[in-house]
Amino acid sequence: MASIPLEVSLFLSGLLFSLGLLGVLVRRNILFILMSLEIMMNAAGLAFVAASSHWGVADGQVMFIFIVTVAAAEVSVGLALVLQLYRRIHTLDSDAVSVMRG
Amino acid sequence: MNTAFYIASAVAVFATAKVVTHTNPVHALLYFIVSLLAVALIFFCLGAQLAALFEVIIYAGAIMVLFVFMIMMLNLGTDTALREAQLFSPGIWIGPSVLSGLLLFELAVLFIQGEPQSASNAAMVSPKDVALSLFNTYFLGVELASMLLLAALVGGFHLGKRDQAEELPGEVK
Amino acid sequence: MLSLLWLVPTLPFLGFLILLLFGDRMTKTLVGIIGAGSVGLSALLTMVIGYQFLASPPPDHAFTQVLWTWFEVGGFRPEIAFRLDALSLVMASVVTFVGFLIHLYSIGYMHEDSSFSRFFAEMNLFVCMMLVLVLGDNLLLLYVGWEGVGLCSYLLIGFWYQEPANCTAAQKAFIVTRVGDTAMAIGFFLLVTQLGTLQVQDLMHKAGEMWEPGSGMAVAATLLLLGGAVGKSGQLPLQTWLPDAMAGPTPVSALIHAATMVTAGVYLIARTHALFALAPSVQFLVAVIGALTLLLAGFSALVQTDIKRILAYSTISQIGYMFLALGVGAWSAGMFHFMTHAFFKALLFLAAGAVIHALHHEQNIFKMGGLAKQLPVVFWTFLIGAGCLASIPLITSGFYSKDAILWYAFSSEGGSIWLWMAGLAGAFFTSIYTFRMVFIAFLGEPKGHIHHRPGPVMLVPLVVLAFLALFSGFIELPHNFAPVQMFSNLMDTVFHSHGHSHEEHSSAALEGILQLTAGIVSLIGVAAAYFLFLKDPSKVEKISSTPAGSFLQGFLLRGWDFDRLYDTLFVNPLMALARINKGDIVDSLYNGLASLTQMGHYRLKWIQNGAVRWYAAGLALGAVILLGVFIFT
Repeated sequence: MASIPLEVSLFLSGLLFSLGLLGVLVRRNILFILMSLEIMMNAAGLAFVAASSHWGVADGQVMFIFIVTVAAAEVSVGLALVLQLYRRIHTLDSDAVSVMRG
Repeated sequence: MNTAFYIASAVAVFATAKVVTHTNPVHALLYFIVSLLAVALIFFCLGAQLAALFEVIIYAGAIMVLFVFMIMMLNLGTDTALREAQLFSPGIWIGPSVLSGLLLFELAVLFIQGEPQSASNAAMVSPKDVALSLFNTYFLGVELASMLLLAALVGGFHLGKRDQAEELPGEVK
Repeated sequence: MLSLLWLVPTLPFLGFLILLLFGDRMTKTLVGIIGAGSVGLSALLTMVIGYQFLASPPPDHAFTQVLWTWFEVGGFRPEIAFRLDALSLVMASVVTFVGFLIHLYSIGYMHEDSSFSRFFAEMNLFVCMMLVLVLGDNLLLLYVGWEGVGLCSYLLIGFWYQEPANCTAAQKAFIVTRVGDTAMAIGFFLLVTQLGTLQVQDLMHKAGEMWEPGSGMAVAATLLLLGGAVGKSGQLPLQTWLPDAMAGPTPVSALIHAATMVTAGVYLIARTHALFALAPSVQFLVAVIGALTLLLAGFSALVQTDIKRILAYSTISQIGYMFLALGVGAWSAGMFHFMTHAFFKALLFLAAGAVIHALHHEQNIFKMGGLAKQLPVVFWTFLIGAGCLASIPLITSGFYSKDAILWYAFSSEGGSIWLWMAGLAGAFFTSIYTFRMVFIAFLGEPKGHIHHRPGPVMLVPLVVLAFLALFSGFIELPHNFAPVQMFSNLMDTVFHSHGHSHEEHSSAALEGILQLTAGIVSLIGVAAAYFLFLKDPSKVEKISSTPAGSFLQGFLLRGWDFDRLYDTLFVNPLMALARINKGDIVDSLYNGLASLTQMGHYRLKWIQNGAVRWYAAGLALGAVILLGVFIFT
């Protein structure tokens, strides 16, 4: 165990992050956008945990816990917003919500 | 152990790709859970049991359930999947793919440019270490996180509440 | 009693305030009582104060009343303070007394006017400002009065503002005098920076200590002050506004543009005489300006047909005499002529006003005629005024004051025979145009129809002024006549006699010859006017019908074409410049900046499209670029 090079883990986290970003940019459904955001956060958490185990310190995992906290908070608020949005305009298309167009 | 890591990595990448591309929300969500479980396995491989457990319990167990509830409430079914399918055109992929590819490339360069790390000094970080660090060094952070969760709770409650006045006539209660 | 000095300018100001605030709701009788009464009280007070001043002179023959400190900046500390000495006493007496008579007269003259209370409010403000001007202890306070009378002059020239020509005349007066005022303000700045004070007495004292006679600084300061004086007093080269200023009501012309305000320049020079004494070249320039102006204006007056314009040109000419007197150092003679001029010129204007009023705003003398029988009181008073203006020997005050000026122009250190001859020629023309006016307007065939005769409220001021015009000359007789020199003795307390008395006594015979010459010249002028304009006008008509004659007539009628000259030199280039710069060239820079910003706004507006994914893409792109910069540099 622990013979995995740090670079590999970090690259994996980068790959997942990029996929999440792709999802955010491509999807128009707000639900999917939220999921993609979760993917990106998770990827960041992976990078923290990998670094933490590489140097054998607990800080990375503490950060991961914080990230999970933030993710939970974000999802709860975000999903509440989605709910409100759906009630008002009966769609989840983010491009339909462009009242603040300049 | 290494094998498990690489297999889990492959599963995670594949499942994540599926999340991004899938049209049906429920299926996408299931793929996401798979991806999270794979990442949890990776955490085990990296010797971070606590993080792995949190990943399963909180992420896959709690947050994803929230998504499921939402999908149920909004009653997103096959017709949503069809509409989602219509929104996909090859053109829409090009820009974001290039952007994401660039980001990945830059990250990769960044990791490779750094000093090559030997994996020799890696050690298992036990939950006890994490807990000590969490409640000593990061005591303030924990408090802040609790405040954040409280704010999220209040915010979620407020936003999710049905506004009687704004309810449109004829809407199903 | 002297401590009531502050009330002298305050009373007209109170009248102004009352009329300004409540004038519209008062009856005309009440407006007249307040308007004329406030100035009348002020005149009464001035007389009482003057009596006490003369009966028991304060130390140094000057009384200063400091009311409060105006402000204090650095070492500069002007005060609101009034100074009473012989000079300001004479000025204040004339202003209040003549002002009161003109106010009284205005009650009758302006009675039909709908803006009756506005008229009196502005007149009261004028008297107040004029008193501030003459009583002010420092030049800054004087400047307040100076600009105040300028404002009132503007308001009153444009009193009938429905007529565009009147507004133009008002603006012209304001702008042309502004040229001089600017020079004067710069002169004040110079004095403050160099001498550190504007308090007149300190200023004179310090200037005498710090500046050599004829030094550059003294010349510069006096030149700038002279600019202001020339502008206000309608002297060459800024005289063009005064004939046009006759657009105002006749009492205004009498008060402001004859008796008081236009002599402010004379007062300024007399007040700062010590400075001018330090700059003999500038003082000589004053004399030359006076001599030239009196000749130029005299020529112009010869051909004018508008009775008020004749009087306006004669005013310019008479102030030219005062400048001549100041220029040759005959300060008290200049002030003496100021006083007599104030009486007889106000009289002439008021009498002319009575005629204009009676003929329903007819101002052309050729459409008058034969008025002597129809308006006897007006005729006789006008005749007395005309006699003074033409300086008919021995019986008129104008003779004594003008004679004094001519004598000093000849005999004093700064004088010369050329200045004397200019003055004499001016006197000759003065008597011609004056009696031309009398003969054409009052004698001969009646041409106009008398609409309404002046009432007693208009006639009383005429009679009083006629009395003053006749007899005010006897307080100051030439040295070879009798030892009665009350006026110059009084003035010497201010001017500290610059020592020309010894010369006068020594050459009584010469003085007599000069007086005889002047008297004969005046009488010849009257006779010439009689032959040219009353007995046989055909000769004049013959001359003026020739091409050269008619050109000359038009040239003089337009006041030597100064207006055209200034139009070509200053007004038209400025107008052209203004037309070029209509869109404001400097502003276009800022407009360009604004439109550039606006263009940027339009160009960048599309990125605010409200689509969340775009914003996310923007964030991602930024992150990618930043990361790229970190990695690849």
